[in-house]
Amino acid sequence: MDMPLPDQRIVNARDGLIARLRGVLPADAVISDPAETRAYECDALAAYRCAPLAVVLPRTTAEVSAVLRLCSQMGVKVVPRGAGTSLAGGSFPTADCVVLGVARMNAVIETDYDNRFIRVQTGRTNLAVTGAVEADGWFYAPDPSSQLACAIAGNIAMNSGGAHCLKYGVTTNNLLGVTIVLMSGEVVEVGGPWSDAPGLDLLGVICGSEGQLGVVTEAYLRILPKPEGARPVLMGFSSNEVAGACVADIIRAGLLPVAIEFMDRPCIRACEDFAKAGYPDCEALLIVEVEGSPAEIDAQLARIKDIALRHDPVAYRESGSEEESRKIWLGRKSAFGAMGQIADYMCLDGTIPVSELPYVLRRIAEMSAAVGLSVANVFHAGDGNMHPLILYNANKPGDLELCEALGADILKLCVEVGGCLTGEHGVGVEKRDLMTVQFNPADLEAQLRVKDVFDPAWLLNPAKVFPLDVTASRRAS
Amino acid sequence: MTPLVLQPQSEAELGQMVRAAQGPVSLRGGGTRGVAYGPGTVLETAGLSGITLYEPGALTLVAGAGTPLAEVEAVLVAQGQRLAFEAPDLRRALQRQGVSTLGGVVATNASGPRRVQAGAARDHLIGVRFVDGMGTVVKSGGRVMKNVTGLDLVKLMAGSHGTLGVITQVAFKLQAVPECAVTLQTQVPLSAGLGLLRRALGSPFEVSGAAYGPFGAALRVEGMEASVRYRAAALKALLGGDWVETAGDALWAGVRDAHGLDDGALWRVSCKPTAAEGVVGALAGVAHQATFDWGGGLIWIAVQGVGDAGAALIRGAVAGVGHATLMRGRGAAAFAPEAAGVAALSRALRAQFDPKGILNAGIMG
Ligand SMILES: Cc1cc2nc3c(=O)[nH]c(=O)nc-3n(C[C@H](O)[C@H](O)[C@@H](O)COP(=O)(O)OP(=O)(O)OC[C@H]3O[C@@H](n4cnc5c(N)ncnc54)[C@H](O)[C@@H]3O)c2cc1C
Ligand SMILES: Cc1cc2nc3c(=O)[nH]c(=O)nc-3n(C[C@H](O)[C@H](O)[C@H](O)COP(=O)(O)OP(=O)(O)OC[C@H]3O[C@@H](n4cnc5c(N)ncnc54)[C@H](O)[C@@H]3O)c2cc1C
Repeated sequence: MDMPLPDQRIVNARDGLIARLRGVLPADAVISDPAETRAYECDALAAYRCAPLAVVLPRTTAEVSAVLRLCSQMGVKVVPRGAGTSLAGGSFPTADCVVLGVARMNAVIETDYDNRFIRVQTGRTNLAVTGAVEADGWFYAPDPSSQLACAIAGNIAMNSGGAHCLKYGVTTNNLLGVTIVLMSGEVVEVGGPWSDAPGLDLLGVICGSEGQLGVVTEAYLRILPKPEGARPVLMGFSSNEVAGACVADIIRAGLLPVAIEFMDRPCIRACEDFAKAGYPDCEALLIVEVEGSPAEIDAQLARIKDIALRHDPVAYRESGSEEESRKIWLGRKSAFGAMGQIADYMCLDGTIPVSELPYVLRRIAEMSAAVGLSVANVFHAGDGNMHPLILYNANKPGDLELCEALGADILKLCVEVGGCLTGEHGVGVEKRDLMTVQFNPADLEAQLRVKDVFDPAWLLNPAKVFPLDVTASRRAS
Repeated sequence: MTPLVLQPQSEAELGQMVRAAQGPVSLRGGGTRGVAYGPGTVLETAGLSGITLYEPGALTLVAGAGTPLAEVEAVLVAQGQRLAFEAPDLRRALQRQGVSTLGGVVATNASGPRRVQAGAARDHLIGVRFVDGMGTVVKSGGRVMKNVTGLDLVKLMAGSHGTLGVITQVAFKLQAVPECAVTLQTQVPLSAGLGLLRRALGSPFEVSGAAYGPFGAALRVEGMEASVRYRAAALKALLGGDWVETAGDALWAGVRDAHGLDDGALWRVSCKPTAAEGVVGALAGVAHQATFDWGGGLIWIAVQGVGDAGAALIRGAVAGVGHATLMRGRGAAAFAPEAAGVAALSRALRAQFDPKGILNAGIMG
């Protein structure tokens, strides 16, 4: 992966920059010691590392504004950062940038149950948002698996999803308003605790903009009353095709489970070895979860069972207790950890039309055999968001490259069958150079025009999302 | 010679027409809904009609922007599915005739009572194609439910009222029509009624409609029969008082389409639900009628006998807690004035997408 050459003029002026940053921020908010900036050299796409010029950790919107105004005046690039859990290299620094982390901005500003919203500073972690309202019977719905660590800032920037988004939607469907600081330092309030924009839906394009448009410092989030209960059921099938058909039938029947998770044999094996969840030995496994009162859950599961039995499951286990529910989810939740035990892995995130599931799984198996790298599949089947995990050996020369090439081919396959490169992790640097597979020059140009409006000097989160050759002239000027 | 009305039959032809346009172009879906059209040569999207993909098993529909909403709804119903956001039919309220199109629905982000549970049109829109003000065809999104690839122009186009481009094709995610729906109604004064709606929305019983009007307070629950029965009973127990169960279809259609508000100017107010009473309270002394949807988050207000259609009173009361659009009537700008920062960004976006300033010119400010 290429990155543009750092701007030597800026790199050489590092000391002056740091002095001026200290001029606008409290002393402890500017980190310049290389030993301390090391923690900010990468995000969860840890194969790529680069030391920034400095890291700033402001506590208020006003401080964020001061930093951006200064960097803008000096022509210094800024990489916004939440918790650094991006799997796409979204918060990967450049050698000529300042990393602006919002982690210290984690306050709850306002909680309003009557109007069903919470207003937070965006450095607050996803789980801590639910944590703030849970005791009163409420929750914040989008639940990425990284929710213990990831910040609302990153969730908004990536438009993150989670296991339960089949029913509740992703971040953009649960976001009411933001305070965004533009690269110029200007603070703009977009949206608020009401529905609809009075004019253009700027919030819609800010969500998912991967730190390209501004730094989001505060957010109004929709909160929901907690359901009375939830219960998962686990089903095993003799082939991916049959499991895929079962998913399609559940959806077609109009049942709306909160989650339909899919695991294939390599993934089941690894999870079983790692977590001992007691999964059946089979080709494909589904975890379907429904919500409501005990009676509602019984009624829904009766329908789901009818459908499942038509597909001759090799196993069908309904949870009968909290403990059984925990066990059913245990393997799924430890999937990434389990993979990490047996090999290095790369996690893909393409989405496909649900109807293409069996075909795409078959093709992935063929491609993986041809290259000689194993692929395990674990994903959100209800909405077609796949997470193929390609296993490789980082210590074996050439293996990473082989893995990246296979990953690219799988993502191209996703686009070819009518899907997309990324369903929830974002483009970042990882999928940047594949954007031309999904978009033609005119499609991309329209996106660049939006960036031109918010960040005319192209200083925010450089060299991400858009292929470098496509943005070359804009970055140069 | 330029024809009086442009009627492109394909996206490519539309692109040529926009590229060749010397002056403003006024976009029309199927309807003829005066207020929100720009000046200039009329361009009708009716030729961009037809369903190009419908996969019931994947809950996905792709169709031309000129496709009549009614045609799509009929096709979906035959498969037991629907567009969950309940697009309003405002023909009666806006005193217009014609056929609502998918493009018009998207261009106005038209969303009905179920928004409180299922979201707005924008939340169900998964892809668009459009022709920008230079005649260039652009696509964003696609036909899959989860997609974060690149900037989300899909959301930006939703509710853009034709000022960023002419939408040519839209993709929606669909919902199965639930087997059962029950409406609960009770006659209580406004303040108590709005309080009940908010409490119901704050319960785990998945209310899919929460309105107040001449019919009193009304709540809707939908889903599997057993579940609906359970939740209706649970809501009654939670809220107390006397509730009657009704089928509710006519009631929700009336709320959705702003019925019973036929005189004078018509406002559509989006606000923080707890602010609703205050907004209407500001009209004390002025003849008016109001219907509240979304638990108070949406107010339809008809106002009679004031020169500015009630703009100063309504926009004054809603400042800081929402905004108001003038849907019918004169005397004030249709769209609420925006704060300076947002207005500048919006203007710059329009200048990028429509540098000649010809698409529905000036309607949004
Ligand atoms: C000022 C105003 C605001 C409105 N706001 C809302 C709202 O917030 N929520 C709501 O539920 N309903 C709203 N409506 C009602 C909405 O117009 C109808 O519900 C809509 O469905 C009409 O469809 P149509 O095909 O008749 O569209 P039309 O009446 O033909 O068009 C509606 C608007 O969209 C534009 N338009 C139509 N087709 C395209 C296209 N293919 N590409 C780009 N632009 C196009 C038109 O120029 C016009 O501005 C609004 C109406 C007006 C007049
Ligand atoms: C084990 C694991 C499991 C995961 N599971 C999921 C999952 O289930 N679903 C899912 O969607 N994702 C998942 N992710 C990916 C990741 O957690 C999400 O993308 C998350 O939203 C990133 O949040 P963050 O705070 O860590 O952001 P960061 O990594 O710090 O940044 C992410 C992006 O946001 C930008 N950004 C950060 N702060 C701001 C700001 N204040 N203003 C503007 N832009 C900003 C950055 O520049 C970057 O582009 C997972 C990651 C891991 C490691």
